[in-house]
Amino acid sequence: MPVWSVRSERCKGCRLCVEFCPRHCLEISNELNAIGYYPARMHDAGKCTSCALCADMCPEAGIIVVRRKRKKKT
Amino acid sequence: MHSCADNLVTDTPDDEFECVAHRPNSMSDKPLHYCPGCTHGIIHRLVGEMVDEFGLLDRTVGICPVGCAVFAYEYFEFDSIEASHGRAPAVATAVKRADPRRFVFTYQGDGDLAAIGTAETVHAAARGERITVFFVNNGIYGMTGGQMAPTSLPGQKTTTSPGGRDPALTGHPIAVCEMLSTLPGVAFAARVPLTSPKNVNLARRYMRKAIRAQLENIGYGIVEFLSTCPVQWGLTPIAAMKHIDADVIKVYPPGVFVDRVPDARAAPVGAETDAGSST
Ligand SMILES: Cc1ncc(C[n+]2csc(CCOP(=O)(O)OP(=O)(O)O)c2C)c(N)n1
Ligand code: SF4
Ligand SMILES: [Mg+2]
Repeated sequence: MPVWSVRSERCKGCRLCVEFCPRHCLEISNELNAIGYYPARMHDAGKCTSCALCADMCPEAGIIVVRRKRKKKT
Repeated sequence: MHSCADNLVTDTPDDEFECVAHRPNSMSDKPLHYCPGCTHGIIHRLVGEMVDEFGLLDRTVGICPVGCAVFAYEYFEFDSIEASHGRAPAVATAVKRADPRRFVFTYQGDGDLAAIGTAETVHAAARGERITVFFVNNGIYGMTGGQMAPTSLPGQKTTTSPGGRDPALTGHPIAVCEMLSTLPGVAFAARVPLTSPKNVNLARRYMRKAIRAQLENIGYGIVEFLSTCPVQWGLTPIAAMKHIDADVIKVYPPGVFVDRVPDARAAPVGAETDAGSST
């Protein structure tokens, strides 16, 4: 399963990742962070394909996407 | 270094995982000061990605503007110089001519590049300076409180055009790529709206060419990003991107205006054959 993380202490809750995730796996949290915003979070990790389109749109350079290495075709 | 391992806890050995997105190593770890959803942050990340990709960290000099990106140098690990308002192309010219081995880029807003700095911009392009320009066109003076810029759209409401920009009084928007494309010194000029992951990827393609225009000593390169200023436009970040796709691109059509940079893959093969057969 892919691993997704956001620097939630830096997220300004702009919603761009939520909007552009083609699988609708992200949402805005209902808990404020220390800088006063509602950060994005993963709510349906099972659907995440690690396409990293969310990270492409993140203005805080705050999203990290890791996936299991694909087996090399021989 | 912003490695994935520092930020993720997995109980599986590292060599089974690969990182498909992370903060570029050319970026510092400082939190960006931009408003929520502002595309300045996306463009900063793209600049960092490019410096990483081309392996230029040791020889890059970034020239920062006056505008919201005035602190851009805080967010990068390479050397930077803060130019006075609009003068970044002149400073970049000096750095590049003094030490041509450097990769020198300017990062400029529309108020910086197309208002107070128009002369520096046009003449650096006319001289064909080997510099790369990243032009953040959000059609407004973001930093100073949302005043009208020469790039503001006809009818656009700003703090200095509260009834909407009237072209009869203040002229029509300056289309920088079109204007510069008449100059033979320009090797690459393209405009891209930063409104979707697809367009972010297109921006990467344009940035590679604008960088190669300099590194391969072809000429001046510019990429114009149609950018959002959600706060001064009074729109949410997503609505601001939709506004670009619906309205801004009608005034500023996206596309490539000048491309004298050979395609990366095709060129070396043909070049080898030519060299071999010509003797
Ligand atoms: C010589 C000089 N004149 C005017 C200013 C005031 N000033 C600061 S930022 C700015 C406009 C910035 O607009 P833009 O380049 O579009 O950047 P943005 O904030 O929109 O990214 C102006 C006029 C200044 N700092 N220096
Ligand atoms: S004022 Fe506009 S350009 Fe400046 S940081 Fe805020 S949204 Fe971005
Ligand atoms: Mg501006």
